[in-house]
Amino acid sequence: MMANANLKSEMERRITAALPDARIELRDLTGTNDHWQAVIVSAGFEGKSPVARQRAVFAALGELMNGPIHALTLKTLTPAQINQG
Amino acid sequence: MDESLRTRIDALVKGNDVFLFMKGSPGAPQCGFSARVVDVLEDVGVPFASFNILSDADIRQGVKDYANWPTFPQLYVKGEFVGGCDIVTEMYANGELQSLLKG
Repeated sequence: MMANANLKSEMERRITAALPDARIELRDLTGTNDHWQAVIVSAGFEGKSPVARQRAVFAALGELMNGPIHALTLKTLTPAQINQG
Repeated sequence: MDESLRTRIDALVKGNDVFLFMKGSPGAPQCGFSARVVDVLEDVGVPFASFNILSDADIRQGVKDYANWPTFPQLYVKGEFVGGCDIVTEMYANGELQSLLKG
């Protein structure tokens, strides 16, 4: 089983590979390493629907979504949305 | 995914205006995210059909491929994939879900 720290850095590595400018905030919601929240800010989300944004993240995480991660709550924002406050 | 599984999923999704693949059932949800979407749909007051993906491993994997979406719950309206818990609750908060369901 992937330890918490490795899984977290692996998730960050994969998301950054897909969205190089991404600012990522990952939180283990339950301390059991399988229910995560991710807040991701990237210009790569601009012009994309919420579903398209989340699909891009799921695609980046690949097979991590089919085992280690049971639940992933996502906030996918563009830099413009962040600056709106 | 083999054709008979795709046909089964199509029938479920297109056979109901509002359809929810979830863990458990509306009366006994087995996961917080599924429960939240059920609450939202009941609050909007729209009838919906559902399928307990914990009861059928083929459907569970098939639906992930069908929607290219790896998690549950999954909401469909008029045969179209709408989203998972995050998106449905966001649409409910900004009124988009109400206009989609009551439109």
